[in-house]
Amino acid sequence: MRRRRSASDGSTAPAAAADPARGIELRDVGHAYGERTVLTDLTVTLHEQRVGVVGANGSGKSTLARLLNGLVLPTSGEVLVDGLSTATELRAVRRRVGFVFQDPDAQIVHPTVAEDVAYGLQNQGVPPAERATRVAEALVRFGLDGHADHPAHLLSGGQKQLLAIAGVVVMRPHRIVFDEPTTLLDLLNTRRIADLITSLDERVVVVTHDLDLLTDFDRVLVVDRGRIAADDAPAPALAAYRALMDARR
Amino acid sequence: MTLALYVASGSPVHRVPAGVKLALLAAGSLLLFVFASWPVVLGGLAVVLLVGLGLAGLPSAVLWQQARAVLWVLLALLVVHVLVDGWRVGLTEGGLAVTRLLTLVLAAAVVTATSRVSEMVEVVERVCSPLRVFGVRPARIGLLVAMTLRFIPVISERAARIREAQAARGGTGRGPRAQARIVVPLLVQVLVLAHTLAEALDARGADSEA
Repeated sequence: MRRRRSASDGSTAPAAAADPARGIELRDVGHAYGERTVLTDLTVTLHEQRVGVVGANGSGKSTLARLLNGLVLPTSGEVLVDGLSTATELRAVRRRVGFVFQDPDAQIVHPTVAEDVAYGLQNQGVPPAERATRVAEALVRFGLDGHADHPAHLLSGGQKQLLAIAGVVVMRPHRIVFDEPTTLLDLLNTRRIADLITSLDERVVVVTHDLDLLTDFDRVLVVDRGRIAADDAPAPALAAYRALMDARR
Repeated sequence: MTLALYVASGSPVHRVPAGVKLALLAAGSLLLFVFASWPVVLGGLAVVLLVGLGLAGLPSAVLWQQARAVLWVLLALLVVHVLVDGWRVGLTEGGLAVTRLLTLVLAAAVVTATSRVSEMVEVVERVCSPLRVFGVRPARIGLLVAMTLRFIPVISERAARIREAQAARGGTGRGPRAQARIVVPLLVQVLVLAHTLAEALDARGADSEA
């Protein structure tokens, strides 16, 4: 996957003022990995509290998710988060948009639970005393308070995903993008994570194959072959997705 | 595979700063090599066990796990001594070398089990801070240490999963050939893991670190 840094990334110039009312705007966005085009001419604005994204494997939905916090930059068009461009205001965008990956093992950086939750805060320059307080609060909120000094690799799959989410939420982003957060989990943990996502105050964008997860969402996008095939409330959007997949069988 | 990472407790040994423990470990190691005699080595071993099992209250399993991990190396060392120096001298000299190495391994286990990784990382960063003049970023070295400790069990677990998958499809899982067959799929998995990890570090603000 191609990762680029913009010219202004790392500059000390003050970031442009963010305007949360603008939401996430994708303007004529396209993305290609070398010769392979994965997204074409996407134009969409996301204002809703909870947005779901579904699509077949290889449809471009994970790339779409990565565009939202600048992990991937568009090869054409632009992505604006609260009015900030991912190409020119990367750090400011990443402070506003957290990202939870499918495999928690790939995003837990430190060997023990509390230390890993603290990692993002350390990067944000949060003073040690406040860091300790926020980490303790996050551990309680995510049911990990009994595991603060526990080695991360000994946690269950569900606990690892909770830890990964805690590590993002503790940084207080305005929005969180989830890339298939329940794919590796059993039914019980899938439900726990689904309940947790529903309870978050932050605005969320959830890429998933778990259609049940999206039934109470505000909006669902169906991505197919790099384009948005449907954009609607959950019931009609998911019906359109099922019809699309049935037609391909 | 489990590493003897931090074992939470409020013991006096846990409260000693990680930097002091690491300095004592270094000094103790030096002492054991400079004054290599049975009284010094056995005294050192006794002190390590007293501090680890007594003062720190560590479960004996934590120390045994570390000793077991180097058991074959110690045995091989003893055999080499016997082969080179003969029975009597080999056993005496080899026994001393093996006991000394075991003492150091256990001492290191006591330090890692009683110090949080973040404290040890801070020490590493402090020690490396003079290297800033050469453009080295101590925070990066600290992160490297933490990630090494974090990913040893993860990669070991993935290797075990590949071994299981191969065994499930008729692979023997033993011998050098079977080990070699694990290397390529493991390498592919590690590269994919590294790629996602790099993205995760970006997403969690690694760019901003000092």
